[in-house]
Order: sequence, then C-alpha cells, then structure tokens
Amino acid sequence: MTARPPRPRGRAALLIVGAAFVVAATASVALSAATARDDEPAAAPSPVVLDLEARPPKWLSAYRLFEGDGSDQRPSHGVTPYDVNTPLFSDYAAKHRFVWVPPGKSARYHAEEAFAFPVGTILIKTFAYPRDARDPRKGERLVETRLLIHHEDGWKGWPYIWNEEQTDARLKIAGGIREVAWIDAEGGEQSLRYIVPNANQCEGCHGQKPKLPEGVTPTPGPTKVKLVPIGPTARSLNRTLAYADGEANQLARWTERAILEGAPASEEAPRLAVWDDPETGSVEERARAWLEMNCAHCHNPRGPGNTTALDLRASQRDPLRFGVRKPPVAAGRGSGGRLHDIEPGDPDASIFVYRIGSTDPGIMMPELGRRLTHAEGLALVREWIRGMKDGE
Amino acid sequence: MKRRQLIVLVAAVAVATLLPAAVARAGDVIAPGPDANEDIQEALILAEAGAVVELGEGTFELALPLSLARDGVTVRGQGIGKTVLSFAKQETGSEGFLVTGSGCTLEAFTVADTKGDGIKVKGANGITLRQVRAEWTAGPKTENGGYGLYPVECKNVLVDGCSARGASDAGIYVGQSENVIIRGCRVEENVAGIEVENSNHVDVHGNTATKNTGGILVFDLPDLPRQGGGHVRVFDNDVKDNDTPNFAAKGNIVALVPRGTGLLIMANRNVEVFENRIGGHPTTNVLISSYLTTGREIKDPKYYPFPEGIHIHDNEYGACGSEPDGELGKIVAGIAGLPLPSIVWDGVVNPEVAVEGALPHDRRLVITEKVEDPGKFFINLDLLTAMRDPKAAKPSRDLAPHEGEREPLTPAKVPGAE
Repeated sequence: MTARPPRPRGRAALLIVGAAFVVAATASVALSAATARDDEPAAAPSPVVLDLEARPPKWLSAYRLFEGDGSDQRPSHGVTPYDVNTPLFSDYAAKHRFVWVPPGKSARYHAEEAFAFPVGTILIKTFAYPRDARDPRKGERLVETRLLIHHEDGWKGWPYIWNEEQTDARLKIAGGIREVAWIDAEGGEQSLRYIVPNANQCEGCHGQKPKLPEGVTPTPGPTKVKLVPIGPTARSLNRTLAYADGEANQLARWTERAILEGAPASEEAPRLAVWDDPETGSVEERARAWLEMNCAHCHNPRGPGNTTALDLRASQRDPLRFGVRKPPVAAGRGSGGRLHDIEPGDPDASIFVYRIGSTDPGIMMPELGRRLTHAEGLALVREWIRGMKDGE
Repeated sequence: MKRRQLIVLVAAVAVATLLPAAVARAGDVIAPGPDANEDIQEALILAEAGAVVELGEGTFELALPLSLARDGVTVRGQGIGKTVLSFAKQETGSEGFLVTGSGCTLEAFTVADTKGDGIKVKGANGITLRQVRAEWTAGPKTENGGYGLYPVECKNVLVDGCSARGASDAGIYVGQSENVIIRGCRVEENVAGIEVENSNHVDVHGNTATKNTGGILVFDLPDLPRQGGGHVRVFDNDVKDNDTPNFAAKGNIVALVPRGTGLLIMANRNVEVFENRIGGHPTTNVLISSYLTTGREIKDPKYYPFPEGIHIHDNEYGACGSEPDGELGKIVAGIAGLPLPSIVWDGVVNPEVAVEGALPHDRRLVITEKVEDPGKFFINLDLLTAMRDPKAAKPSRDLAPHEGEREPLTPAKVPGAE
C-alpha cells in the first residue's frame, strides 16, 4: 500500500528538506498502519481505540472502527450501523452511519432532542458514491468519513478524506475538494467536484446556542455555540433496519445493545415521515420532514440561521415561523425577486423553491453540503406549497 | 534489522519535524498559491488566542470560504488592495469569510467578489474590522452578494477605516447587535452604504457614504429575534451624491429605498443625527419613516413600527429633491411638490401615545437647524391620512412643533476603540 505523503508546503526553504522527509514520513505511516492491522485479531472485544486527551489521529484506521481497511465499511465489533427516516441531501452521496458508545455506558433517551450520549461516543458518517449504480458488485468510491466525538467539553468534528487506493482516510481539518465520478442508474456518466467541509464548518450545521428559558429575549454576543449531533433523535431513528441477523427497529436494537437507555416501545416514540415514502405521511408531513432534515439544523431558534426567526422544525405550528408569507430578512439576491418564503398555492413565487432549486453559492439553500439540486426533494416542497390554500 | 530501525528513526524525526512545520502556521506569512486556501483555513482552525495569522501581499484565488471560530485571533494582511482574497472562483459558501469566535481582529486586506456576503461575523463578543475592504469589482449589480461587512448578533463591534463597494444590500451592515462603532469608513456604489438594523448603542461617525442608492440607513424591522433598536448616533459623516439606481433584488427591504436618499431612519427609538454634511440626493437628504409606510403587513405583535425620539441638529445640507424615485417618491412629490425638502417625515405616529395628534416631547421628532428658508426645508406628509383620504390630509412645513431641547445621547462604548 502507499499512503499519500503530506503535501510539501509553499515555502522555498522547506521544499528541499521537505522532499527528503516526505519519503521517510510515508514509510513511517505505512509501517505503523501495517503493524496495526497485522496485530489485530478480527473479533477482538471492543477493538475501537479512542484517546480523548490526544490530538485526533492523522489516519482513520487508528480508531479501528472498521473491519479490515474499512474500504467495504464493515463495522468493527461494537460499532453499530444506523439509518435515518429522512436524510440530509448530500449530492446523491450514499451515507454509511455508525455509532460507537464506550463499553458500559449508554445514551439517555430524549423524545425531542438528540439523545444524550456519554463522553467518548463516536458518531461516524461515511460519504460514498457507487462506481456503477447499475451494478452494486463494483462497489463504492469512499470520499470522506466524518467523525463527531464527544469530549468532556463537548462534541468535536473531524473530517477524514479517503485516499485514492481506498485503504485509509487522512485527517484534513481544512477540508478540500475531491473529484468524484460514477455511473448512474441509467448508465449516464456523472461527475462532481465534491466539497469536504472543514472542521469549522461543522458548526455551520451542528452548532447550537444554549437553550434559553421560555420568553427570554436573546441578547447579542457571547453565547458560545456548542456542537450537537443532528441525526440520532428518536423521530429520525424510529424505523427498521436490516441488520446482519435480520430486521429490527433501531430504537429496540439500540436498547438491546445497551447503546440507549430509557427509550419507550417504538410505537410510543415519535417518528418522522420518510420523505419519499407516501405510506409514512401526507405530502405536508413528508415535505416538513424533508425541510426539517435539510434546513432545520440552521433554521431553528438556537441554530446558526436563527437570525431571521425562520424555524423549519416539523414541530413548528406557526405558519409565519415556518415561512408562510414571511418576508426575507437578509436574503440579498437570494430572494430572487420573490416577496415571501412561501406563497401559498404558488411555488414559483416562493423563495423556498428558488433557493432550494439553486446551485449558486450566494443563493442556494442549504448553503453548505451540496452542489447539486435535490430535484426530488424540491418537487415535494413544490407539491406541498402548490396544495396550500390561500387562507393558510 | 538495523536498516529497518534506522528507517523508523528517520521517519520519527521526519514526522516530528515536518508536522509542526505543516500545521503550526501562526507566525508565518502565508503567501498566495495553490495551497493557500488550505493553508489559511488550517491556520485559522489551529490558531490559539493571541495568534496572528499573517497573509502576504498578492491575490489569493480562493475556491472555498474561510472561517474563524477561535477566540482572540488576529488575521492581518499587508493592506487594502495589497492583500486581496479573491472569491471570483468561489465554489461553495454563502460568504467569503465567517467569524464566530470572540475578540478577533481582521485587518489590512480586501475580500473581493464573494458569491454571497463578504465578511460575516456572527454572535461574537468583540470584533474589530480595521482597514478591511469588501468589494464586488464589477460595480453595482443585482448578482452581487448582499452584505459587504456583516456583523450580526454581536456585542462590542468596531468597524474602523474600512470600505465597501458594490453590495446588493448594504456595504457595511450591523444587525441585532449592541455597542457598535462604525467610523472612518468609505462606502460607495452599494444599495445601502451603511445600515444599522435592530441594534442599540451605535455610533456612526466620520464616514463617507457616496454613490449608493441610500447613504446611511437606521432601521428597526419586524420578525427578527432581537427588536427595539435605538440609541444610535450618526454624526460628522459626509453623505453625498447617493444617486445609484436601486439594484437590490426584490423582496428585500432595501429594494424599497428610493434612489437618492441621504439618510433613512425607519422605526427605531432615540436616534441623534448631527454635524453631518448631507447633499446631492435626487429624492431627499433625510427621510424619516414608519414601517407602515412600506405598505408591508406587520404580523409580529412585538414589533414597534414608529420612529420616536429622533433628534436632528447642526447638519449642513446641500441640494436635493429634484428627481424623487420610485412609488414612494411619486407619492411624496404629489404631496410636497418639487423639489422635495431636505427633511421628509411621513408624519405617522402611534395614535395610542399621541395626545390630540401630538407626541409627548420625549417621543417627538426634534429638528434644530439653521436654515435660510424654513418653509422649504421640511415637510410632515401626514401620509397615513393622505393614503386614506387625500383631501383630509394636512401636510405641514411648520417646524414649530419640532422645536425644543433634547439631551444628547451618550456615546457608544466599545472596549479598545478609544
């Protein structure tokens, strides 16, 4: 295997010395990585390695989250896969989600918010594209794996970018752009300059202000934003998943594996509609679910997009707060000349449709995490707005 | 395996030597080049409090936006126009530079041609923008980003010696913030030159606002988490020739600003405007308006749409009012005739606090100006009446109801701004 050498930096003085080091550094990494794998028995109890005191490891393999080199995303023992009812759209990337909770600890159930995970929890999300969507046997091209790790002082996010050889992923705190290409289900060639967000941009979606008591006006200034997980809520996880040993409800399985404590029976827990499954909800419920998962991480009263008071959580019942005839505040050219976020009955006059449909960085929403338009999600939002009556 | 041990040793030394060089960027000058985007971002993520991230001279072509979440970090270029962060080829990000850390300073560089806003600062306690320029180089265009310099939900904001050009909303915008000083800046060819929105304890002074659609705007708007903007002082500014046609995208509040408005105060409580030089405005030099005049529906029960406690004194006025713009301009011209006077007030007051049509003194509009022809200087449009029944309206040019003393507002205090 060849690991990617650290890229030489732009300073002339370092270049020559650097070039010599690069070779050696590569050898070092290759050695340690190989050793790590050779020594590790496949079914060791809790192979996952996490040192909360140390700087994050440079290579994803150091955490031992996956069997083998991780290229087929088979989780290690104790690492549990999960899926959500309605996902955030990420340029049609496939996502592999996993959770690891330190042995002997559990997350506490919450009906509304993300579960209260113990310190030492790792949430893992890998973004991948099929090589050929017509033939799953050709496998996937892994692009990045994002880790959200719960430290004593809060969650921290780290992006790891997979190497060309698909043998390991390297920490890239500054993110970057990666060319990806795949063949779609119709046999068409697709390509994309995929953007890996930097570590700061975690805050762009996962950052939440501390909760204010009901009725307290927010004051400007020093409310420190904290990172919080988005996906692992009761309503997103309340669904069945095909595990290696058969199908099971995720809340039940997490409880059984002691990842989660305090959860009610799945019928008692809230459940978000699956955006593209009409059996799970009405058009409105599915559109609101789609908006929650694609927009509400910013547009909620404590999120990064709270400045405009737009609240796209599915639980928000006040039509003005979720956009009905709400004038834009800081949209700039993002208004597209439209007067309201949602104009009931008229998708084309609604700013939502304009911004969800745009790929211009100065217009598009969400503003991070996508370069393409989610045509199917947009169609759902259009359908919902078109069906709204004027008096709503 | 001596050879192997040697390799490991060399490798260990190499890693130890190379890594700090690769990551500990603070203290180094980052030069433009293909790695600069990543280098700057990495330095911003790793910078400790007190660190200076220094950017070299030249143009940095950046495809990805920059963000700073650490506290107490300074990002310093070699000067406006010398260090240029060009986002002409930006591929993602709704702003060029986002700051969410507190106590940071950005100084001596230009941010050019961002797809969205130029520099956004959100939720910081303490932010200094000094000698920073946000610019869209092709000049006024609807396709340009909204805000040039954009602190929002901040406390203790100093914007000093900065400039902004081409913003399709506001060149310098401060919103939902407290303790703000904007001084010595130059804003030109934006829709709004400087806009202060839903903010308190703000000083705007010693700035030049020219060739915008509207020079300086002081707004309080509904539907925002923070309301009740006020205690704003606007003084010693040159507000001249703001006559660029409005190029904001429709739907935005600034799209309603008539071309050629020097100063626009909408809603707000306690604004003191003094010792400015204001002239060359085709619509009017100073427009004072209630939010009701926008014709927009108010659905926010907490919102107070009336400007109150406005004090205008000791300014110098140049020509204005010969070519009022837009729907509002047409209506005003219909009532006042041409040219429009230097100060136009819509005359819309809260009926619940007015006593026989007049406000108590502390809420009143007070105007103290030495003018040659008082009859042509001011108009109260009585606009609400005029909209309902033009014949019943009683527009007035009488300054007498606006005489009287008022205590000066206290200066805005921002630590480190002295």
